[in-house]
Amino acid sequence: MSGPNTDYDPVEVTPLRADEVEAQVEAALAAVAGAADLEALKQVRLEHAGDRSPLALANREIGALPPQARKEAGARVGKARGMVNKALGERLAVLEAEHEERMLVEETVDVTLPTDRTLSGARHPITMMSERIADVFVAMGWEVAEGPQVEAEWLNFDALNMGADHPARTMQDTFWLEPAEAALVLRTHTSPVQARTMLTREPPIYVVCPGRVYRTDEIDATHSPVFHQVEGLVIDEGITMAHLKGSLDHFATAMFGEGITTRFRPSYFPFTEPSAEVDLICFVCRGIDADSCRTCRGEGWIEWGGCGVVNPRVLTACGVDPEKYTGFAFGMGIDRTMMFRHGVEDMRDIFEGDIRFAQPFGIEI
Amino acid sequence: MKAPVSWIREYVDLPEAVSTDELAAKLTMLGLKLEALETPADAITGPLVVGRVLSIEKEPQKNGKVINWCTVDVADANGTGEPQGIICGAHNFVEGDLVVVCLPGAVLPGNFEISARKTYGHISAGMICSAAELGLGEGAFNSHDGIIVLPADAGAPGDDAFDVLDMHDSVIEFEINPDRAYALSLRGIAREAATGFDVPFRDPADRDVPAANGDGPPVVVDDAEGCPVFVARSVTGFDASAPTPEWMAQRLAGAGMRPISLAVDITNYVMLELGQPIHGYDRAKLAGAIRVRRATEGEQLTTLDGQLRKLSAEDLLITDDSGPIGIAGTMGGQTTELSESTSDVVIEAAHFDAVSIFRTERRHKLPSEASKRFERGVDPELPAAAADRVVELMVELGGATADDGVTVVGEAPPRRSVTAATDLPARVTGMEISAETTVANLEKVGCDVTVNGDTLAATVPSWRPDMSDPFDLVEEVARIVGYDKVPSVLPPAPSGRGLPLAQKLRRRVGLVLAGAGWTETINYPFVGDVDWANLGLADDDERRRTIRMANPLNAEEPQLATTLLPGLLRSLGLNVGRGNADASLFETGLVFLPKGDEKAPILGVDRRPTDEEWAAIEKAVPHQPQHLALALTGQREREGWWGEGRQGSWADAIGAVRDVAGALGIEIEVRAASVAPWHPGRCAEIRVGETVLGHAGELHPKVCKAYGVPARSAAAEVDLDALLGLAQVTTPSPSFGSYPVAKEDVALVVDASVPSADVAAALHEGAGDLIESVRLFDVFTGEQVGPGKKSLAFALRFRAPDRTLKEGEAGAARDAAVALAGERMGAVQRA
Repeated sequence: MSGPNTDYDPVEVTPLRADEVEAQVEAALAAVAGAADLEALKQVRLEHAGDRSPLALANREIGALPPQARKEAGARVGKARGMVNKALGERLAVLEAEHEERMLVEETVDVTLPTDRTLSGARHPITMMSERIADVFVAMGWEVAEGPQVEAEWLNFDALNMGADHPARTMQDTFWLEPAEAALVLRTHTSPVQARTMLTREPPIYVVCPGRVYRTDEIDATHSPVFHQVEGLVIDEGITMAHLKGSLDHFATAMFGEGITTRFRPSYFPFTEPSAEVDLICFVCRGIDADSCRTCRGEGWIEWGGCGVVNPRVLTACGVDPEKYTGFAFGMGIDRTMMFRHGVEDMRDIFEGDIRFAQPFGIEI
Repeated sequence: MKAPVSWIREYVDLPEAVSTDELAAKLTMLGLKLEALETPADAITGPLVVGRVLSIEKEPQKNGKVINWCTVDVADANGTGEPQGIICGAHNFVEGDLVVVCLPGAVLPGNFEISARKTYGHISAGMICSAAELGLGEGAFNSHDGIIVLPADAGAPGDDAFDVLDMHDSVIEFEINPDRAYALSLRGIAREAATGFDVPFRDPADRDVPAANGDGPPVVVDDAEGCPVFVARSVTGFDASAPTPEWMAQRLAGAGMRPISLAVDITNYVMLELGQPIHGYDRAKLAGAIRVRRATEGEQLTTLDGQLRKLSAEDLLITDDSGPIGIAGTMGGQTTELSESTSDVVIEAAHFDAVSIFRTERRHKLPSEASKRFERGVDPELPAAAADRVVELMVELGGATADDGVTVVGEAPPRRSVTAATDLPARVTGMEISAETTVANLEKVGCDVTVNGDTLAATVPSWRPDMSDPFDLVEEVARIVGYDKVPSVLPPAPSGRGLPLAQKLRRRVGLVLAGAGWTETINYPFVGDVDWANLGLADDDERRRTIRMANPLNAEEPQLATTLLPGLLRSLGLNVGRGNADASLFETGLVFLPKGDEKAPILGVDRRPTDEEWAAIEKAVPHQPQHLALALTGQREREGWWGEGRQGSWADAIGAVRDVAGALGIEIEVRAASVAPWHPGRCAEIRVGETVLGHAGELHPKVCKAYGVPARSAAAEVDLDALLGLAQVTTPSPSFGSYPVAKEDVALVVDASVPSADVAAALHEGAGDLIESVRLFDVFTGEQVGPGKKSLAFALRFRAPDRTLKEGEAGAARDAAVALAGERMGAVQRA
């Protein structure tokens, strides 16, 4: 190691004097501490750590020192600059954090503002009810069948054991189409789909047919010339009324919840024998306290539809061997089901097209 | 069918403990459905008592009316025993009559409270009642023209009038199905009650009737098929002015028939009692023998309702030497009507063919109590007993003498025998029903049953023409066992194929549209010429070729829709009218397209149609494709704090069709077209290849006006079935490169008439293999581009699948693209 350079007094070089460096550091630290924002800090950095800052200039002087003095001066200035840069860095972090915090506060919005820029759409509840019903049966392995709405008279009536002189024909107020020789009607029920199904495929048949039907009723709160039915048909070996009951109970439970099943009352339909009316346990009052129930009006039961064992005459007309196969069929109103399930009081709402009717039902019912 | 419970009980020994509710419930579960249950007493709160009129002071009023100031003895019923002072406006009573008095505090039907009140200068303390005021049938208790005047022996002043008037007797109204015509009588209902409670039944038709002889009223039946049985009896010296006894009037009123005169009331009573329609003729007005024959075309008859009816050759008539005197089984004629001067009566109890009556009833739109029964099937063995019952009542109540002559023409057909396996009820219903139960239940409904091994033969009772097939026997057995005993068993699950593809796709379409802010509606498919005019369809427009209804609800709308737009646009108008200014609607539904010469055969039903027959049916049924239609008005995006709203336009209609097609994986082509009801310059044809699937765009201003919707409303309609048929079921995996994309924008000036889609297509083609996408992002017109020109700005993206594009490659491709657009449609790149 070389001895001390007694010929050189670093104090002679003013910027490198310890007190001078210390003063610069102090000034710089004071400026850093005094920088109120990022802009001010930037200025401080220029002044106290920039290329033309006193400490930078002092640093440049080091090169002019004799070698033996450089080390000390270098260490002093280096330390000083380090302190300043560190202070700058720390202050920058603080100011940036402050800045960000302030920005976030300033960017506060009113999140309660409406966001209804786009229109909300909806599917029609009758469409969705038809689909829901179809899904119940598809889940049981049945298939969905459809048919035309303008239908041959023979399929709408004769094939279903309703010949031209059958009194039951007058019970279905029919829209007849012109000319009379065309023998066409607007189907009065979805039952012709049954006939079509039997005529076009081999048993076993498990189908459900939702669709639009027509009767000459003027529209009012409970009637419409256009309405919707769902029909079920099963043709297989060994099918009984018990299978009919089982299917309808399952259907009722799927639509209205656990514990909601059906009861049969004897009835009459030309296309079934035996025939029954299907009542549903009132899903609102469940028969308890029925007297005050608005849904079943004190009955404890809701009339739901008709059903029965397919009349062998229908099987014969539709080419199914009545000796080998038996079957059952049922039908109910989709509109009516939707109305009592959702408390719709006026049938006109369904067909009028006011968007406010469908919209609350959304996209699934 | 209304049935007073006391009348039902007359033929069946129901235990007293059986309540009316229980009776109604039991009969409902047997198939006679409870429609309504009324007990007159339940609608009234007493006191309601018998009173004797002590004095009547007639007091003329200024308005010309005369009122009666009466004092009425009601014994202690009023608490004082003093006569009650009551004002009464009726005049069909005299001093000493027994009347029904409602005392203050009583509440009559309709929540009508009776109190002592000042009227006509007196305090009237109660009311002397008419049948109507008590909710009893019209005309009951001979109160046609005033208050109820009770028979002198009906009771004493102060007696409870509820009992005297039998007001605790309930009336059950049943809904009778077409197969249970026998239940359109008390005989039939009582028989069911006996079956239901397993107690004996006394058949009111079970009576000894005198044998036919040659001395009865002369009858000739020319048409034995139409009239298999005709029984005629007669009485002499009938007192037509004799009153109908109270019990009969009350039962008739309870059953919903208005008492008219004794003779008519007796015929109606017997019809209700037994189910056999009866007709009475004034013998003095008959000319010669009664003859049953078909009408000759052009014959006329004035029926009892005063209508002159033109008869058809198919109508079955009752005639005499004067010509037609009645339409058989439907309604009598005026010329031989029973009247107040009738003294000798000829009684007809006949059986008529159900189909013949049904057709006549429909032809003349003439439903009557008689035709209602005949068309459903009356017991053909009844006529003799019914005629005898009428004679009995005319003798008993009208002082008549029964004539000895009994005419019977024809005879009831033999009872039908139905054969079935004894285990059929068990096999069909899934209930445990033994052969013994089957036989016992068939006997309960009146069958004679013989069993031979596993087979039974049931001779069906004459009142059950509906029972013809083995399965009819099953229903009878099952309903008596009880439908509530049918077990609940799920059928074995088939291996289904799930929802059909078309259904799935339709759901997808609905969801896509609902998600995009469209609301589904359901509209009636009934349209008229006014709709075609509203849509501005040319006279030869294919959509005017429609199928017509013979009996439309609205004469202005007799056609079935060939397009969904009329219904949808009416809905759009309704929404606008109700203040739903921003409405985007859609509908899916069938349209009805005639083939031209529809003629559906009426085939037999004893076998499956042959292939030819089935083909003829299929051919006759019109084409009914499913369409999708959309209509919109107002904003598609609302204005708000975010800025301006966006008015819906032609572009949204086309865009929605694109969205739907996109969701189905179909690439559609949009071409300019000019089709009603769209704006001729803002109408697009939607096509896939050469097939036109529909149209979309802005509605013609006149159409908007016609449907009451704002100008610039837009609509679309496409053949949804055709669209679904093109749906891409299995989407192939896309391939895309991961190398950097190169973007180039170009602005091209073309004639304003050049479709942008053509320019885009040319760019795409001209750009070669490297092009990834061409997207139009701006359209500009104005001075800079010159008149009749437009500037189209496209963003082009280039990418190679296997490498980074070299410097200049994208630019060269862009130049090639622009060059082709220039060559094809004269496009010039803007500097």
